[in-house]
Amino acid sequence: MKLIFEKSAPGRRSQLLDRCDVEQFELPEKFRRAEKAPLPQLSEIDVDRHYSELNTRVHGVNTSFYPLGSCTMKYNPRVNEEIAALPGFTGIHPLAPEYSVQGCKEVIATAKKYLCEISGMDDMTFQPAAGAHGEFTGVMLIKQYHQSRGDQKRCKIIVPDSAHGTNPATAAMCGFEVVNIASAPDGCVDIEALKAALGDDTAGLMLTNPNPVGLFDENILEITRLVHEAGGLCYYDGANLNAVMGVVRPGDMGFDCTHMNLHKTFSTPHGGGGPGAGAVGCKAFLAPFLPKSALMDEEGHIQVRSFEGNFLIVVRALAYLLTLGKEGVPEASTNAVLNANYLMHQIKGTFEPAFDRICMHEFVLDLGAFKKETGVSALDVAKTLIDYGMHPPTMYFPLIVHEALMLEPTETESKDTLDWAAEVFRKVYELAHQDPEYMHEAPHHAQIGRPDEVLAARKPVVRFRPAE
Amino acid sequence: MGSYVPSSMEQRDEMLKALGLSSVLELYKDVPEEMLVKGGLDLPEGMSEMGTMRAMSAMAAKNIVFGTVLRGAGSYDHYIPSIVKTVPAKEEFLTAYTPYQAEMSQGVLQSIFEYQTMICQLTGMDVSNASVYDGASAAAEAAAMCRARKRTVTLISAAAHPDVINTVRTYCMGSGTEMRIVPAKGGKTDPEALKEMLTDDVAGFYLQQPNFYGQIEDAEELGAMAHEAGAMFIMGVNPISLGIMKTPAECGADIAVGEGQPLGMPMAYGGPYLGFMATTEKNMRKLPGRIVGETVDSRGERCYVLSLQAREQHIRREKASSNICSNEALCALTASVYMAAMGPDGIADAAAQCLSKAHYLAKQLCTVEGVELVYTGDFFHEFVTTMPEKDKVLKALEDAGILGGLPIEEGVLWCATEKVSKAEMDRAVSIVKEVLE
Repeated sequence: MKLIFEKSAPGRRSQLLDRCDVEQFELPEKFRRAEKAPLPQLSEIDVDRHYSELNTRVHGVNTSFYPLGSCTMKYNPRVNEEIAALPGFTGIHPLAPEYSVQGCKEVIATAKKYLCEISGMDDMTFQPAAGAHGEFTGVMLIKQYHQSRGDQKRCKIIVPDSAHGTNPATAAMCGFEVVNIASAPDGCVDIEALKAALGDDTAGLMLTNPNPVGLFDENILEITRLVHEAGGLCYYDGANLNAVMGVVRPGDMGFDCTHMNLHKTFSTPHGGGGPGAGAVGCKAFLAPFLPKSALMDEEGHIQVRSFEGNFLIVVRALAYLLTLGKEGVPEASTNAVLNANYLMHQIKGTFEPAFDRICMHEFVLDLGAFKKETGVSALDVAKTLIDYGMHPPTMYFPLIVHEALMLEPTETESKDTLDWAAEVFRKVYELAHQDPEYMHEAPHHAQIGRPDEVLAARKPVVRFRPAE
Repeated sequence: MGSYVPSSMEQRDEMLKALGLSSVLELYKDVPEEMLVKGGLDLPEGMSEMGTMRAMSAMAAKNIVFGTVLRGAGSYDHYIPSIVKTVPAKEEFLTAYTPYQAEMSQGVLQSIFEYQTMICQLTGMDVSNASVYDGASAAAEAAAMCRARKRTVTLISAAAHPDVINTVRTYCMGSGTEMRIVPAKGGKTDPEALKEMLTDDVAGFYLQQPNFYGQIEDAEELGAMAHEAGAMFIMGVNPISLGIMKTPAECGADIAVGEGQPLGMPMAYGGPYLGFMATTEKNMRKLPGRIVGETVDSRGERCYVLSLQAREQHIRREKASSNICSNEALCALTASVYMAAMGPDGIADAAAQCLSKAHYLAKQLCTVEGVELVYTGDFFHEFVTTMPEKDKVLKALEDAGILGGLPIEEGVLWCATEKVSKAEMDRAVSIVKEVLE
């Protein structure tokens, strides 16, 4: 389809603003831009139709099944959108006087209380705008803690090799040396490897539990104890919290701080890649190191972005928590786990799970043997699923399983949807045995054929330029 | 009470049965018994949708929404056209994930490609990324882009937003590098001090334009000084001002960043906002975050993909240019719709009105005894005045439904956007007059 710039015509515009009702002030020439910004010129209907057309080329979780592993694509309740659009929330200046923002304060205090209870933490910040941003904040808490004790030699953060890429990237951004330790074959922490890595230079450990292959690490108490004994702290990557809410708490597993992805676990929409919110919780002894806004609160604290963070995301997450309440929170997690196990069970016999045991909220299919047999790769399977109207699972992650497809159905899919999905997987499995060539070229009925990613990287075209 | 689990109780039992289990708790056999939450969490009972709406509306009602806003300082009350609110609320845009699967995400990818282009059109730069969290984190990421082996120090103007300075300081602390603050003089960055501070270990210099006090900096001159000393020049710009003001490219910036909130996002107590980031062709591969590129598909048709991923955390892990993963995609979409709806004339008009109204407000305020401009340089849509009895004055304004300027050490930092009318400003000034005379 055409780009918005290719629909532009000189002189087209909408009259959106009033005429200026004060005397015009002339900006001195030396500060003026030479030409007006060459933005597209469109009437309102052009803009509307353009984005409506684009929107038909997007697949959202509220549209259909989206089992993208590790991304927790659960249904985004409509009412939360309506609440987040209330003028009593949208129309509030972050620097308005305290007496006038009591509602915002209540939202934050209430969300903090509930999320601390769910995570087993004592205090929390909502300043981080996403999961990775939360990781940065959490590891900066660890850094400040050691610095405050004059413990300067703790320069290493331990990260299992099964971890999400954000973990090592975060540790590096915080100035730590990353010690990658090999995982056990099931993605759990190899206790001996951990012991070997620990020492008086250990600042901390970053860990996801359930781990990135969807299994709960039963040695978790020993792991956190070992890190603490070595003088390090334990960071819980909340990426997989949707498996355990109301069942077990990171704080009770021995973790000192954590981030929670409000845009995953607490149902706020992903918006095509954000905005999210990475609420960071910590134990009381780390609370003095939490970030604050220099302008809104006070100087002398770390800060990871302006003001109080993505407030409207917190509003949505709180609305979700109010709706679910005491019973609904664990109900969400237990059903997420039930759905994952059921779907894995229904698919089994065709594609095989990498770990044939009870999983948590997500599971990994290992297509290694299948590929040898049929020549069809995990990528081919993923692309074929698109033809069935299903968003593919996460591909080639975790890295410790080759030809991996990771599925996370979430609790907001019904048994009917899971049965349909299992049926689609069976059909794709059969197709691979009948017509592998067809699958190498899939998708056949999508918006586009497979894109040439090599060309995109080699000759980068990252903006539109009008023809000369 | 509320639940978004659609399977009926019978279906849940069927699923358990298929797994040979009798209770969902059997799914948690790997969790050590002593760790399990006993007796449930200390949370209130769940609510119906009606109940949640009632409870949340009650919280919203405890906030005071001021009809007139004369406060900026990093969050600006601009007019948001209707279409800018409705397009990003479309459920597919709203509920999609990051566009990993290009074959079913062309709508998101193309919208980001268009966003990148519009940011380039607005800033004059060559390339833009798909967004970062906000203006402050964008500044911090830009500082990281400038660092080289022997040049690690970041200089930042004291006249930058305090949250930006503090965020840059935090990121520098993370990476173990130094941030030094270039003092301001008369409300603007002191060029003499900058010159002295541009030592050969300086990687980049960050200048905010217009600065925290609303003053227009001599950006070209300061940027040239940075370049002369071998440092990179980062400009933090207000996107609305670029409707009429010299672009970062025209000022010689290597990297342009800024807070995108004025481009159609509500103030919303501080977020979600939008960090935009653009740079020159030369520095493209140093940009953090997602970048969408054009390519062709297997049928030879033009299409879009997430590109240049070799920079990113899921490939490079600890060697990535940043850990950023989720960004502010829906805010970038909002900004795109805003820029498309406003067009070149609309955004120039918004900028010109901000400028004119701020000068009108300043002139009128200065007719009041004891009120005068603290800084006398050129300004865009914010300015600082002295203000006797500022608490009393601001409270009187608030009682009349007007959020006055921000009280700061030097006086009061005022802001006027295109949204305020002459009548509203006259009313505010008359209240100030009443209190002080």
